Amino acid sequence: MTFELPSSRSSDLWQPNRQMSKLSEGAAKFIFTLFALVSVATTLGIILTLIFETIEFFQVVPLWQFLTEDRWTPLFADAHFGIFVLVSATLLTSMIAMLVAAPIGLLAAIFLSEYASPKLRQFLKPILEVLAGVPSVVYGYFALLFVTPLLQQFIPDLQGFNGLSAGLVLGVSIIPLIASLSEDAIYAVPRSLRDGVYALGGTKRESITSVVLPAALSGIVASLILAVSRAIGETMIVTLAAGQNPTLGFNPLVPIETMTAYIVQVSLGDTPAGSIAYKTIFAVGMTLFLITLTLNIFSFWFVRRFREKYE
Amino acid sequence: MTVQDSKKSLFINPLPNSDMFTANLPQRYRLDRLFVLCCQVAIALSVLALAVLMYDFLVDGLPRLNWQFISSFPSRKAASAGIAPALVGTIWMLVVVALVAFPVGIGAGIYLEEFAGDSWFSRIIEVNINNLAGVPSIIYGLLGLQIFVRGMEPITGGRSVLSGGLILSLLVLPIIIVTTREALRAVSDSIRQAGAALGATQWQVVREQILPIAVPGILTGTILALARAIGETAPLVVIGALTFVPYLPTNLQSPFTVLPIQIYNWISRPQPAFHDNAAAGIIVLMLVLLSMNATAIYFRNKFQKMRA
Repeated sequence: MTFELPSSRSSDLWQPNRQMSKLSEGAAKFIFTLFALVSVATTLGIILTLIFETIEFFQVVPLWQFLTEDRWTPLFADAHFGIFVLVSATLLTSMIAMLVAAPIGLLAAIFLSEYASPKLRQFLKPILEVLAGVPSVVYGYFALLFVTPLLQQFIPDLQGFNGLSAGLVLGVSIIPLIASLSEDAIYAVPRSLRDGVYALGGTKRESITSVVLPAALSGIVASLILAVSRAIGETMIVTLAAGQNPTLGFNPLVPIETMTAYIVQVSLGDTPAGSIAYKTIFAVGMTLFLITLTLNIFSFWFVRRFREKYE
Repeated sequence: MTVQDSKKSLFINPLPNSDMFTANLPQRYRLDRLFVLCCQVAIALSVLALAVLMYDFLVDGLPRLNWQFISSFPSRKAASAGIAPALVGTIWMLVVVALVAFPVGIGAGIYLEEFAGDSWFSRIIEVNINNLAGVPSIIYGLLGLQIFVRGMEPITGGRSVLSGGLILSLLVLPIIIVTTREALRAVSDSIRQAGAALGATQWQVVREQILPIAVPGILTGTILALARAIGETAPLVVIGALTFVPYLPTNLQSPFTVLPIQIYNWISRPQPAFHDNAAAGIIVLMLVLLSMNATAIYFRNKFQKMRA
């Protein structure tokens, strides 16, 4: 379509190329849609990769053996595949980590949101961000070469590799996650609720424990679940500090091997593709993926189910 | 004083049974102070942890840190070993991730925020991105091992710079997408409406008006994502980055190592001299990360000022 403009005006001044605009609009939309699909492809890739290799693994090792055996020795001639040996180690380190991180992270969040002056907040938040950005290999160094020797002075039975110091440092590494997510949830509770408690004669602590925390509960629980999921998937701290010795049980003083540490151990060795040892890392990865996925879905569900909405 | 006191007693006395309601303020205030103390201890412990962590590797590593350490190749002798290939490998990773993850992540963010609207399709992608952000990084390593290292070996060259860069790009993609969306959402709608009223297409409005305003916010998130990528160890160990590389990677298909893997390798050796090397390597890694963090914070402050 062309428009006849009055000849007295110069129509050369502004002639947008609409054809071109439409074309670039379409091209941009198309390319960006493809980019958005990359994330879907990643998820599919992860699931398919894990499923294919895991199916091949279970053709050799029956599922009941995987779930019931009490030894994990896939690299030995006398091979046993009891996944619970690795799962117990992962549970142990994650539990110790949460015992450290949940109270400290939550109290730190309360302090930042309720007690800290704006100036102090501006000073503390970047520190937590730095703590969150420290690479896990650095935490691993800290756990193995600082925390373990330190603890050995108090606990003589503590071995060089152990679940205790790995769990403690793992806890330190997830404090920032709990603190910042919980703080967002606590900060979002409207001021009027706090004022209500004061009007009833409550103290600041009472306003926090009886009103603010229950109101922020969904966000706090979600942050704790995400922290558990992060602790379970963490690799380098537990590989370096907890050892590579698959032991069933929950003794925090002896070397153990978590699921992630096992994957690293096999990856560093010279394991030919297609061998049963190679397939075990995908079966272990599948277990890890299912556990963290369940936790993440549960956390989303919890937020949706229990979120308090305020105007 | 006396008047006030009598008023107080007047106010309390009418209650028939004063045991039923005792304010017991001293006790409650004591609990309050205890509670504040707990909170202060918690935050102090977090700060202390960071301080002790830094003190630990600074004391161990600083004596070892010199130009020889930065420019040397790894060696069986701790005193002559260095991080040159690891540092160069980390820079390669930085470049690959920046070239791959920035455009893809920002593009996906623009699509979801500006073009997609609220369809079932965009909601699936959104849920999917949230889930991806919770997948442990070592799982990405398994994906990379199967797809990039084995499946696409003719293109990537197997356990190469390209495979490593691609897997780290996928790993940080959710972070970049989410921060891009937040930065775009913060731009006022009136600008979009004004653009549309002037006859601009959606893409023209995004390109000419929205993006320039959102750029500092996007940069903050992408730099933090980049920092996350170069601190990662686990996925690169899984795809088989080498622990002993006596040469510099020359192209995208070269085998490679990165700083965190070199550090990991030194920590896991029994000799204490190598542990000091690891500490010195950590100092270099942390310097790189902290300077990236500082850049990100600079852009964030700039962004917040622009919006204000």
